[in-house]
Amino acid sequence: MVPTATREAVPASAAREFLEWMRKNLFTPWYNAIITIVSLLIVYVVLKGTIGWVLHGAKWGVVTSNLRLFAVGPYPVEQMWRVWLALGMALVLGGLSWGVWGARSVNALAISVLFVALFWIAPISTNAKRNWTLVFALFVLSSLVAERVEPLRKPLQRFIPLAWLAVFFITLVLLRGFKGNAKMPLVETSLWGGLLLTILLAVVAIVASFPIGVLLALGRRSSLPVVKLFSVLYIELIRGVPLVTVLFMAQIMLPLFLPANVRIDKVLRAMTGMTLFAAAYLAENVRGGLQAIPKGQYEAAEALGLNYYQMMRYIILPQALRAVIPAIVGQFIGLFKDTSLVAIVGLLDLLNIALSVIAQPEWIGRQAEVFLFIAVIYWVFCYAMSYASRRLEAKLGVGVR
Amino acid sequence: MTTARASEHARPPIWRDERVLAVIAQIIFLILVIVVLAFMYHNMYTELSARGLTPTFSFLKLEAGFPIGETPISYSPGDTYARAFLVGVVNTIKVSVIGIILATILGVVVGVSRLSPNWLLRSIANVYIEIIRNTPLLVQLFFWFTAVMLKFPRIRQAITLPGPVYLSNRGIAMPWFRATEGFSVWLGFVIVGLIVATLVFRYRSRYQDRTGNPGYPWIFGIATWGVFLLVGWILAPGSPLVIDKPMLKGLNFEGGTSMTPEFSALLLGLVIYTAAFIAEVVRAGILAVSKGQREAAKALGLSDFQMMRYIIFPQAMRVIIPPLTSQYLNLTKNSSLAVAIGYPDLFNVAGTIFNQTGRSIEVITLIMGSYLTLSLLTSLFMNWYNRRVRLIER
Repeated sequence: MVPTATREAVPASAAREFLEWMRKNLFTPWYNAIITIVSLLIVYVVLKGTIGWVLHGAKWGVVTSNLRLFAVGPYPVEQMWRVWLALGMALVLGGLSWGVWGARSVNALAISVLFVALFWIAPISTNAKRNWTLVFALFVLSSLVAERVEPLRKPLQRFIPLAWLAVFFITLVLLRGFKGNAKMPLVETSLWGGLLLTILLAVVAIVASFPIGVLLALGRRSSLPVVKLFSVLYIELIRGVPLVTVLFMAQIMLPLFLPANVRIDKVLRAMTGMTLFAAAYLAENVRGGLQAIPKGQYEAAEALGLNYYQMMRYIILPQALRAVIPAIVGQFIGLFKDTSLVAIVGLLDLLNIALSVIAQPEWIGRQAEVFLFIAVIYWVFCYAMSYASRRLEAKLGVGVR
Repeated sequence: MTTARASEHARPPIWRDERVLAVIAQIIFLILVIVVLAFMYHNMYTELSARGLTPTFSFLKLEAGFPIGETPISYSPGDTYARAFLVGVVNTIKVSVIGIILATILGVVVGVSRLSPNWLLRSIANVYIEIIRNTPLLVQLFFWFTAVMLKFPRIRQAITLPGPVYLSNRGIAMPWFRATEGFSVWLGFVIVGLIVATLVFRYRSRYQDRTGNPGYPWIFGIATWGVFLLVGWILAPGSPLVIDKPMLKGLNFEGGTSMTPEFSALLLGLVIYTAAFIAEVVRAGILAVSKGQREAAKALGLSDFQMMRYIIFPQAMRVIIPPLTSQYLNLTKNSSLAVAIGYPDLFNVAGTIFNQTGRSIEVITLIMGSYLTLSLLTSLFMNWYNRRVRLIER
């Protein structure tokens, strides 16, 4: 008898709890009831409109026929293996980092299954489907290795940041290739495009701006007035103008500043512009971290007889940078979104590919589909990064001492 | 002799004296910077001289010769480049100021909604913020412009909203006030009324501070102003303001006021994007007010509204103002994305000037100078306001 009673009681109390929750969270006091009803109406109208449009109104052919273009732009088809290789390397390292930094490999598996399923549904070539499955399998496998193999943990932790840097440079060389090489012919940067270019621009800008930004931050807090003045002027000048201006300047002025026989291509110019821009913002973030270091740390370092370089390298910067990791990730998200501005100066990034797709006569009037699609791509990347940053923040215990 | 030797000992040799080293380091740094700058300047100068474009601003006096879509100040293609650039600057200021006001209102509403006890409202605000903050503004702008504004029906089939507000692919037309001849008389009443109302407001606030009895300064002030408005309205010849409704005449709307698709899309994009960031700023500011303040307010028997108005908001303002300022600056700078959808802001107009004249260094200087000035003015205003908020607190 008793079990039946409880079995009946459980759903009843769950229902009551739910009602109670609704009363508390949605209907008290009286004006909340009005807000709830109005909100429900808005949600209903928006969802009905959007879902109805996505399922029936929208014609997704414009996206599905151009997936490759969105992914890599005009990168030559026969050289695609280089992109796959780069992606494989990045995902192996990603998996290792995943495991080492304490995320569960089960979650890696879940995410991978989700993505692989998505790619099997997507109208892409069997080859691409196979490759995606392969790279995600590598991802899961390496996260499993990092999680399970205890003796590997410590060395991995040390070597992963360096490995990322190495993979970054290898990727750049791999994608570019060499002039006259039969296996890996030169692929001009003007052929780099789509999501690939967007990611590369963001990563190059953040990596290259890092040393400059740290130096500028140190310069701004320096006791040498000339250095300080220079840093302040640079930082405030760049932060006072929009990124478009800096990109425009990089496109127009950079070739003028260099000697007549030095010519750099459009992509490199945009990268320079983004780097110079990012450095100023990074400097301000790092400065925030430097200011958060108690004076005692400086004094202790000096008392130990460390010189300026040693003090910064071993005492101050490690603490300061750790404190500003969330801010730097936030800046990276902003930078990732800002790469879309290179479309204005004519690079073939994800946004510009979208613009050129909707300019084709066969896809006229399909703007909403295309912009929604690329917005979702940007969103997935940015949201994933901000989620990871929140996790990292919790793990590092920033602000919790 | 001994003292001299002692000081000689105290002073390290010149190549290890920190003060000397500091000066030397700075001189080397300065020389490096100057050499690099000189190198760049030299390259640029030779290149530009070869093209016959030695840097000078005299081209600004030449005739621009290109039309501008939106001219809040009078302009025709016969005017100078300087005038054209000024039109761009005014356009930037126009969209920035309206954008900042609207974004602040929307941002505060969304930010407060995020803290609402109502689960549904809170979730809607959350979803809005997560979607908007994690997609690029430029993509949103293109979406609003090409997928919304330009998709509106043609002008003859314009969508009519109550008001009437007409939405068509030529823009948004809506009713607006039109001043009649009695307006100046009424305006006098409005201004005098505002002054008197301020005095009444001051008097009632002081009364409240002095006696502790509720002085209802807002109610008294607004009521006073209302009386002046009403009396002025009655005394002025005719009705000083009439509502002018847009009417379809031929291929355009006449009367009322209208916004072009470019301006509407830019404003909509900037407001929706910036409001999401402002909402986060507002939320963080309100959360920064310590719990004890809230409890103390409750213990004093203040209502929810009074608690917000007198306890939470004044304190939250201190935290909110600095990041809010940087959001305002961001909005102003982001308005340069207008170039992508063809709204003639200062960057867009300057781009056209550059294409026509080839004057790169001068145009870039103009653009940067303008944005720096705008940023500086906004910062100055917000710093002034920040100081005021702080003073009221004490």
